[in-house]
Amino acid sequence: MHELRKERLVVIGNGMAPGRTLERLFEAAPGVYDVTIFNAEPRVNYDRILLSPVLSGEKTYDDIIIHGAEWYASHGVVLHAGERVVAIDRDAKTVTSDTGLTTSYDKLIIATGSNPIVIPVSGHDLPGVLTYRDLDDVQAMLAAAERGGRAVVIGGGLLGLEAAAGLKQQGMDVTVLHLMPTLMERQLDSAAGYLLQHELERRGIQVLTKANTHAVLSTNAALGPPGVRGVQLDDGSEIPADIVVMAVGIRPSIAVAKEAGLDVNRGIVVDPSMRTSDPSIFAVGECVEAGGQCFGLVAPLYEQAAVLAAHLAGDTMPTFVPSATATKLKVTGVDLYSAGDFADGPDREEIVLRDAARSVYKRLVIEDDALVGVVMYGDTQDGAWFFDLIKKRTDISELRETLIFGQSYAGGTPLDPTAAVAALPDDAEICGCNGVCKSQIVAKINDLGLTTLDDVRAHTKASSSCGTCTGLVEQLMALTLGDAYNPAAVQPMCGCTDLGHDDVRRLIKAKQLQTIPAVMQELEWSTSGGCAKCRPALNYYLVCDWPDVYADDYQSRFINERVHANIQKDGTYSIVPRMWGGMTSSKELRAIADVVDKFDIPTVKVTGGQRIDMLGIKKEDLPAVWADLGQAGFVSGHAYAKGLRTVKTCVGTDWCRFGTQDSTGLGVRIEKFMWGSWTPAKVKMAVSGCPRNCAEATCKDVGVVCVDSGYEIHFAGAAGLEVKKTDLLTTVAGEDEALEIIVALVQMYREQGRYLERIWKWAARVGMETIHAQIVEDLERRRDYFDRFVFSQKFAQHDPWAERVQGKDAHEFAPMANIARLEAAE
Amino acid sequence: MTALDGAWIDIGNLADIPREGARVVKTPAGCIGVFRTADDRVFALEDRCPHKAGPLSQGIVHDAHVTCPLHNWVISLETGLAQGADDGQVRTFPLRVDGDRILIDGAALATRSRAA
Repeated sequence: MHELRKERLVVIGNGMAPGRTLERLFEAAPGVYDVTIFNAEPRVNYDRILLSPVLSGEKTYDDIIIHGAEWYASHGVVLHAGERVVAIDRDAKTVTSDTGLTTSYDKLIIATGSNPIVIPVSGHDLPGVLTYRDLDDVQAMLAAAERGGRAVVIGGGLLGLEAAAGLKQQGMDVTVLHLMPTLMERQLDSAAGYLLQHELERRGIQVLTKANTHAVLSTNAALGPPGVRGVQLDDGSEIPADIVVMAVGIRPSIAVAKEAGLDVNRGIVVDPSMRTSDPSIFAVGECVEAGGQCFGLVAPLYEQAAVLAAHLAGDTMPTFVPSATATKLKVTGVDLYSAGDFADGPDREEIVLRDAARSVYKRLVIEDDALVGVVMYGDTQDGAWFFDLIKKRTDISELRETLIFGQSYAGGTPLDPTAAVAALPDDAEICGCNGVCKSQIVAKINDLGLTTLDDVRAHTKASSSCGTCTGLVEQLMALTLGDAYNPAAVQPMCGCTDLGHDDVRRLIKAKQLQTIPAVMQELEWSTSGGCAKCRPALNYYLVCDWPDVYADDYQSRFINERVHANIQKDGTYSIVPRMWGGMTSSKELRAIADVVDKFDIPTVKVTGGQRIDMLGIKKEDLPAVWADLGQAGFVSGHAYAKGLRTVKTCVGTDWCRFGTQDSTGLGVRIEKFMWGSWTPAKVKMAVSGCPRNCAEATCKDVGVVCVDSGYEIHFAGAAGLEVKKTDLLTTVAGEDEALEIIVALVQMYREQGRYLERIWKWAARVGMETIHAQIVEDLERRRDYFDRFVFSQKFAQHDPWAERVQGKDAHEFAPMANIARLEAAE
Repeated sequence: MTALDGAWIDIGNLADIPREGARVVKTPAGCIGVFRTADDRVFALEDRCPHKAGPLSQGIVHDAHVTCPLHNWVISLETGLAQGADDGQVRTFPLRVDGDRILIDGAALATRSRAA
């Protein structure tokens, strides 16, 4: 008896719907099928809803991947990425791709998604006319935005507005053309549409409604390759444009199904068990037509996936019945919610709430004492509750008076937010994208003992797609776990905000915030002036992210960094001039001796960083002391700075019989290249000339141990509060490459470290593999980091002491007034 | 009658003090920190933190508070009181702003110098 052969399941398409189908299938019937996927796009399954944050810069592609390469491997799935299926042979039960690859199937799933509609006006095929559907589109739009200029978005629906907001965030001038009188007319009524238009205009996006596109105008062919010059409307008017984004809707992609002779209409026709007119072929996702409808929102697609997975696993009971869907608009900053049928009607009444000051608009449409439609703008907190009433056709006659004010007022229940969630019925839908209801989340929290939001996202999928139900999920966790739930799993930066360092850094870049007041305003700081913890941190993040644009706010720096000296317990100061690589000379030593005598400096000390510290200097004397030291060629040693401190060395091949390389030379070179740079926390370095490691390189932030074959580059060591040996990053032959790697590594730390987080803590958080990949393996990325460091040094590498000798910040070094003399003068 | 006893003494103008910063005024009995908030209000405190006499004038100014540079005690510019879990108080001195000139209360200084 031959061994039972596994059934072969072939899937055309690798989007979210087929992805969810396979996920459910592997849960229900692991190992039953040998699965092969053909994906026209050359990549793994990613979350298409989160393309908007990628366009606006708030997320990267890696953040939105749903199934990484290891998911396919772990389930034995063969993924042909970048292979488009062009033919289905239903008799031979095989599919063939555009490269001629043929695979046979026992069961086939068609999940070809949909194609963006391109209006066939003249010029529609010009380069520079883009669509907004997948990652390639987003990358094309980002490349265009890089060049700046004007963008015209044709289509004022959900996708068009998200494209417009993203391109505006990326710095382009944006105009939206919309055919209908108000924006998003399918999801919003005219009042909400007007408010949305007003909000987009407030953010500098031009909106033209009742605008019918006649043609896309091409640049003058004589001047070079044709490109986009503008858009012409029916009334003849022209809008200048460098790129045009067509976001006028999608059409189910049915070509391959149609050629195979399957029943098709607008979409691929399926029965309630997602089966096409061929018993061994199914279809799922946007390409499907069920009950005469096609679907674009995630919720119904995931319902289809659940039904199809059940059937493939042998459970033939579930059926897909299209249900009312809710819309949430995710244009950053604009909250919109609508559900059900909100068209006017003779036997329909409505309750409307307008709060102009808070720009809030809510409208409820009622028919026969039941809620049939809801539109909400600005305050969408009660969306889930209203949607539940619609689906259940609940009789709302007693609730009528307070209905518009939402659940917390219904029947006078208390205002405590968790009470609102507690009052929700068990089967109330919490997460629309993934169809997760309240009882499912509560059950998973209790069964698996989940305590953080990330755990709940991982195990229930709730709030893991578009994220707008995150607040509800957190309330549910607070309700279920009581005080065991600690929402501040992320450590807030300080008492002025709930945001952690990473969020603040990410948002400074994404929202292009370039001053401390802008950060505090945009990220909603709870204090008007911040505090001594966040102000220095924000100042550093802004210096690091915008080196050429940001004016250092010295009043936000700790006193030492402000006056470039270390404050002592009695209010006097200590200073440490640079001694490159720990090297000095009689000339330098005489200069120090003379200054100590001249200013009667009480203490002179050799430091652990191989240089000399002078302690007990009065603040008023500092500029004069620096003037004398400057004569001898000294610059500030930044012994006070969250920046590069010292590069300790041993004498290496200059003198030592064991020396393998010129460790002193490299140490001096590194210090001269990197001094002046501000970093999240102090950076201490050392270069030892041989493995005996006399310069103790292996407990430094960055250390080099020279060996015969070249330079071992170590990092993430510690030798203060904690003691930790460094990790070996790599070994290189040449001094130039060693310097490039060290500079790139420090720049990566500058960009990712949390303020006051030393390199070894950052490295532990980010992981050696990522650092090794970006700094050692990826030469282009290393080069980028190196160049960004060099660019920042143009602004940072000035001797602060010399500047103050010439009078900068003179107010720091002199009292405002001296009225002790006044009394004597009488 | 020494100059300190009665009159308001002119100690400079608003622009001498960096916004969210401070300057020192030397007086017969030690230094006084003169602070300027983000919204240009001015305050005068004894320049000695109640904790370990740190120079408050060197601290970071935020809202109407200053954080001492030595051990991070937060002091209210209005009352001189230590905030949070710390307790202690520094003396405050009345100031008057006349146009952009700043004047300190000579009488308050006098009692302080005799007492010191």
